[in-house]
Amino acid sequence: MPIEVLMPALSPTMEEGTLARWLVEEGDSVSAGDVIAEIETDKATMEVEAVDEGVVGRLAVAEGTEGVKVNAVIAWLLEEGEDASAIDVSAPAAASAAPVRSADEGADAGAAESPAAPAPAAPAPAAEAAYAGETKEVTVREALRDAMAEEMRRDDRVFLMGEEVAEYQGAYKVSQGLLDEFGAGRVIDTPITEHGFAGLGTGAAFAGLRPIVEFMTFNFAMQAIDHIINSAAKTRYMSGGQVAAPIVFRGPNGAAARVAAQHSQEYSSWYAHCPGLKVVAPWSAADAKGLLKAAIRDDDPVVFLENEILYGRSGEAPADPEHIVPIGRANVVREGADVTITSFSLMMETALEAAEMLEKDGIAAEVIDLRTIRPLDTATVIASVKKTNRLVSVEEGWPFAGIGAELCAVAMEQAFDDLDAPVARVCGADVPMPYAANLEKLALPDAQRVVQAVRAVCYAG
Amino acid sequence: MPSDAAAETGSAARDDLLSYYRDMLLIRRFEEKAGQLYGMGLIGGFCHLYIGQEAVVTGMQAAIRDGDSVITAYRDHGHMLACGMDPKGVMAELTGRVGGYSRGKGGSMHMFSLEERFYGGHGIVGAQVPLGTGIAFAHKYSGDGGVCLTYFGDGATNQGQVYESFNMAELWDLPVVYVIENNKYGMGTSVERASSTIDLHQRGAAHGIPGEAVDGMDVLAVREAGEKAVAHARDGGGPFILEMVTYRYRGHSMSDPAKYRSREEVQKMREERDPIERVKTMLAAAGAAEDDLKEIDREIRAIVNDAAEFAQNSPEPDPAELYTDVLAA
Repeated sequence: MPIEVLMPALSPTMEEGTLARWLVEEGDSVSAGDVIAEIETDKATMEVEAVDEGVVGRLAVAEGTEGVKVNAVIAWLLEEGEDASAIDVSAPAAASAAPVRSADEGADAGAAESPAAPAPAAPAPAAEAAYAGETKEVTVREALRDAMAEEMRRDDRVFLMGEEVAEYQGAYKVSQGLLDEFGAGRVIDTPITEHGFAGLGTGAAFAGLRPIVEFMTFNFAMQAIDHIINSAAKTRYMSGGQVAAPIVFRGPNGAAARVAAQHSQEYSSWYAHCPGLKVVAPWSAADAKGLLKAAIRDDDPVVFLENEILYGRSGEAPADPEHIVPIGRANVVREGADVTITSFSLMMETALEAAEMLEKDGIAAEVIDLRTIRPLDTATVIASVKKTNRLVSVEEGWPFAGIGAELCAVAMEQAFDDLDAPVARVCGADVPMPYAANLEKLALPDAQRVVQAVRAVCYAG
Repeated sequence: MPSDAAAETGSAARDDLLSYYRDMLLIRRFEEKAGQLYGMGLIGGFCHLYIGQEAVVTGMQAAIRDGDSVITAYRDHGHMLACGMDPKGVMAELTGRVGGYSRGKGGSMHMFSLEERFYGGHGIVGAQVPLGTGIAFAHKYSGDGGVCLTYFGDGATNQGQVYESFNMAELWDLPVVYVIENNKYGMGTSVERASSTIDLHQRGAAHGIPGEAVDGMDVLAVREAGEKAVAHARDGGGPFILEMVTYRYRGHSMSDPAKYRSREEVQKMREERDPIERVKTMLAAAGAAEDDLKEIDREIRAIVNDAAEFAQNSPEPDPAELYTDVLAA
C-alpha cells in the first residue's frame, strides 16, 4: 500500500504552511532520512525528510503552494512492486483521517473543568499519639542532633552532608558528636558548593539513599533551589510515581541578628508554594526532634526550616527513639475563645507573648503552632476560627503571597460565614532586611504589633 | 582514535557488530518515526532527536554491565532504547499516553526506568551532572561496585554545577564517567562561539580528572574508550571524562530550522561519517550477508511501527491522574 507523506507541523501551534520546494521528482527512489522537500512558515524554513524508503509515486501538492494544512497528504511513496495506480485506491481513506490536534483540544477542554471546583476543607490528619513516656530536657540544637543520630542508628541509608557538619561539628553545632559516632562515610564535610551538593544529594536519593543535606543557612540554599524544586520535588510526578527523592534539606531559616539583607530572610512561603515538597518549621524542642525524625523517614523531599535563635532554647523532648511527630498537623498551644492567632517557628514566642498581654486586657487568644507549612493543617485552623470567629496570622516573612495570605484565602473559602472581622496579617516589613539596629527592629513583627492586630479584629479600639 | 575494523575478527566480533548495527538502527528509525509523529501533531512540546549520535550510547552501553546506572539530559530517547527500555513505552510517553514510561506525565524529556537503572531524562541543562554524581555517590556508599554514566552536551560544559560536581567526584573518588556528547552546537551556538577553550575533555584538568577525546561516530572507538574509563571509575580511580565528538543531523529540537550551519556541512557528515553506514561497511568486510542486514532492517521497522501504533492507541491518562504521584501514596 502506498505510503502517505503528510504536511508536518514544525511546532505545536502551526496549522498551515507553504510547500516551498520539492527536492525530489516523481519516480525518484528515496531512503529514510533523505530530504525531500522544504516547507516554510512565517517563522522558519524546515526540511522534510522521508521516514520510509520507496519510490516517489506522486507529488500531491505543487511547490510554491501556500496554506497547506498540517497533516494534508503532500506526496505518496510507493513500496517495492507497486505502481502509481495503487495511490488512487488508498487516497479516499486519507481524506477521512480525522485531524489529530482538534480532537486533543476537545479532550483538554473537558478535563480542565474538574480541578476548578473549590478545595474542600482538608480532612483532619490522624490524631497524634499523646506521648506518655520518658522525656529529657534538651535544647532545640540537641533535639535536632538526637533526631539525626537516632535515625542514623535505625537506618544505614541515612547520612548527613553539608558545609562544616563533620570535623567542625556544625557551623551552629547542630551535628555535634555525629562524626565520632558514625564516621566520615556518613557525616560528610562538603566544599562550599550548595548547588552541587544539593544535586548530588538528590541523585543519591533517586538511587535509594536517605540524605540529610544541611545548608549552613537557607539563604545559601537559593544557590540550590533549582535542585530542590526541579529535581527533588518534581521527579516523582514526572516519572509517573517511579522515582522518589526521600531527602531532607535542613538548616536555619529566618532573620538572624544584624547581618543585613542577604543573611536574613524567611523562606517558608517560597518552598510552600511548590507541590511535591513538604515544608516543616518547628518551634519547640519536642517538635524539632519528632518532626525531623518524621522528615527523615518520609518518602518525599522535606524542607526543614530551623531557626538560629531557637537553637539555644530548651524544652522537654521525648526520649523514646520510636516517637515521631507526624508531618501535617498543627498544634493548639494555648486555648482561647476570642481570637485565633496562628504562627510558627520563632514567631511562636511573639504570638505567645502577645497572648499573655491580651489576657490582661480580658481577650482570650487561642494560639496555634502550624509546625508544618505544607501540607497545611487547615482543619485545625478552621475549627479554631469557627470557635473564635477571628484570625490573626503572625509570620516573620514578607506579606506578599506569604503564609498569612494563604491563610486569608483558606479562611475566606472555608469559614466565610464564621468570620466576624477581616483576617489580619502581621508580617515582616516589605523591604530587604536593614542592618541598622533600630531599622532591623522595625522590620520584624513584635508582640505589640500582634496585640494591635488582635485588638483591631476584636473591635477593641 | 579510529579503530581498525580488521582488528575485529571472528564471529564473536561480527556478532557484536550486528548487535550494534541493530541497536543503532533502532534508535535511528525510532527517532525518524518520532519526528513523523511530531509532524502529525501527535507529539507535543519539545522533541530533541538523537539522529547522528547513535554510536555514542550504543558504544558506551557495550562498555558497562548490569547494575551500572545511566543519566542524561533531554536528548534522551536513544539512551532509553540503548538501556533496554521498551520502544512502545518510550513512544507512548512522547504522545502523552498512559502506556508511556511516566504514564504520560513526563513527556520526551522526563522518562525513567528503575528496572534498567535509567535515571532520566532531565530538562535543565547541566542539572543531571550533580544528580549523576549523586547516583555514583550511592554506588560507592552502598559498595555495590556500580558506575554511573553521566551524559551531557557541549552546551552544558559551561554550567557552573558541572564543575561543582567534578570537584566533589574527584575529591571523593566517585565511580562516575562523564560522557560529553559534543555535537558541536548548543542549540544554535557553536562550541567555538560559546567556549573559551574547546578541548572539552580537558575541562576536568583543574580537578585532576583524566579526559580523552573520542570519535563519537565510531561505535568501536566509543566502546574501547568507554571500557577504559569505566574500569578506571570502577577500580577506585574516581571520575573520567570522555568527550564524544559527534554530530546531530537534525535541528536542536523539532522547531529549529538549523540556519546556523550549512546544508553541505550536514550532508558531508551524513555521507562520510555516518555511524550506521560505518558499521554496515565493517559488517560487509567481515562477511555478513546482505540478507541478514535486510532482515534486521525489517525487524526494526516492525518494532518501530508497533511502537508508533501502540503510542497512538494507548489512551490518554485518566483525568484523576492529574493529582496522583505528587507525593508518596
